[in-house]
Amino acid sequence: MPCCAAVGKNRGEGETMREQQRRRLALIAILCTVLALFLANKYLDDYKIRIINLSGIYVTLGLSMNLINGFTGLFSLGHAGFMAVGAYTVGLLTMPIPMKEMNFFFQPIVPWLANVEMGFLPALLVAGLISAFLGVLIGAPVLRLRDDYLAIATLGFAEIIRVVFTNTQSLTNGALGLKGIPNYTNTWWSWGVAFVTIWFVSFLIRGSYGKAFMAIREDEIAAEAMGINLFKHKVLSFAFASFFAGVAGGLLASLLGTIDPNMFRITLTFNILLIVVLGGLGRIAGTVIAAVVVTVMMEALRFLDESINLGFVQIKGIPGMRMVIFSIILILVVVLRREGLLTRLKGREASYAEN
Amino acid sequence: MLRIENLTMRFGGVVACSSFHAEIKPGQIVGLIGPNGAGKTTVFNVITGVYRPTEGQIFFTPREGETHQLVGLTPDRIAKLGICRTFQNIRLFGQLSVLDNVFIGSHLRLRSNVLSSVLRLPGYAREEREIYEKSLYLLEKIGLQDFKDEKASSLPYGMQRRLEMARALATSPKLLLLDEPAAGMNPQETRELIDFIQEIKEEFGLTIFLIEHHMEVVMEISERIYVLDHGVLIAEGSPSEVQRNAKVIEAYLGVG
Repeated sequence: MPCCAAVGKNRGEGETMREQQRRRLALIAILCTVLALFLANKYLDDYKIRIINLSGIYVTLGLSMNLINGFTGLFSLGHAGFMAVGAYTVGLLTMPIPMKEMNFFFQPIVPWLANVEMGFLPALLVAGLISAFLGVLIGAPVLRLRDDYLAIATLGFAEIIRVVFTNTQSLTNGALGLKGIPNYTNTWWSWGVAFVTIWFVSFLIRGSYGKAFMAIREDEIAAEAMGINLFKHKVLSFAFASFFAGVAGGLLASLLGTIDPNMFRITLTFNILLIVVLGGLGRIAGTVIAAVVVTVMMEALRFLDESINLGFVQIKGIPGMRMVIFSIILILVVVLRREGLLTRLKGREASYAEN
Repeated sequence: MLRIENLTMRFGGVVACSSFHAEIKPGQIVGLIGPNGAGKTTVFNVITGVYRPTEGQIFFTPREGETHQLVGLTPDRIAKLGICRTFQNIRLFGQLSVLDNVFIGSHLRLRSNVLSSVLRLPGYAREEREIYEKSLYLLEKIGLQDFKDEKASSLPYGMQRRLEMARALATSPKLLLLDEPAAGMNPQETRELIDFIQEIKEEFGLTIFLIEHHMEVVMEISERIYVLDHGVLIAEGSPSEVQRNAKVIEAYLGVG
């Protein structure tokens, strides 16, 4: 449009300044993290490093769930299912062949998996892709459902996946689970993936498709009237989220070395939902911080479960106290500050007030 | 441009609209009036694919030689063909910025795929820049450029109505359906609206079909008017013909 030519000049400078600021901030954040991880690896013990790894994985999980629930406004509770798929994919693909034989003593592994052994990166990618594929398969029939029904349907699918994994002895070793998954996950992997996820989700949301997702969240009917294909966009959002959930599941499998279907129950999904709500639905930075805070706190509050010995008096530990205190904190945050822990940071992140 | 034939919409036992027909020629401004509950918004909803009519056909010809039958198409498909609407009860994307609301209107014409938008490939970057410029231009047209970063829900009512129109214009429509654009406006704003509608019609080469209760607006800008009462078409013709029609007067008796 010839009439637009003059307008373009006005916006040019303002935008690039903001973009430059953003880029500088991102660079600083990455450098700081690299330095912190380097120091951590040098001076911290294994326990603390494990917490760092876990928080990185939860960043990826939190952001991928936020993509569906926070940005696209779909109430999905299926995350644990996609994590399971990713975890088992990486577990089965990276496990050395003799280890597989030992694991599958009850019933031999399916022949086409018996001799497969891949590197970590390809295994992670395959895990992500299979999860994404499953996301599309599950999403297609189910994403047209309204809120609560979608939640139940996705929850149902996650449970189906878990039960299937428990009963396919020759594929997943059933209830026995997998042991001896090689520990490839280190802080560089877990936080490397976290940063890739941060980058991906940020750029996705900033672009036109991200705005389309948010439009669907705000008002589906209006979004459709403006030409946005609801089905395509919902499935897209779901597919990306499942991809990252699968990769995170794979990282978790390699971190823990041992997985079994019971790990991937609804409680796992709720943990992630917790992080997403605390950090703020639709807020990227908030989710990152909440992931780290929650992971650290869950561990830090462990002392409440143990006995406290003060020398002259011993306060008996009450198992489960940790979760009680944690739940109280959660309730306080949700009641007092519905938008999450962080105030709005500069940028285009749309806030999401509970409806 | 648009031909509606024998349109009937039944919701269970309720007949919202019965054997409605209408024809809108390219470049016209056509009005749809009638008492409250007459079924006008239902007609809009059927045209845009929100409802599937019980009977009837709708033919849309955005360009010479290209006719589409709209019944059975999804709303987003119909929008892509070139029909866009505003809503009687404003449906903006409340938590998003004013600029983003208009920006989203252009999304349906985006040629780049989603991965190129994440990777910010040059093809996508260029499209995004063009959409930004177009969105800013439309905002300036409705006088909201200074509010571009404000949350849409924070705008006063009149501005929200204007924003909805800009958003619809962003979809590059051929046919624009306006559902009570003058609702809640004072005489001054109504005057500006009339001028605005005529201005955008000329500039963007639009055809306009509007529902309105403000008689001054409809009578002044419409070339042709259809009158609905209880779902039935009771009159059609030029503004002066409709004004003199006995059935129309009877339908509106006692109503402003």
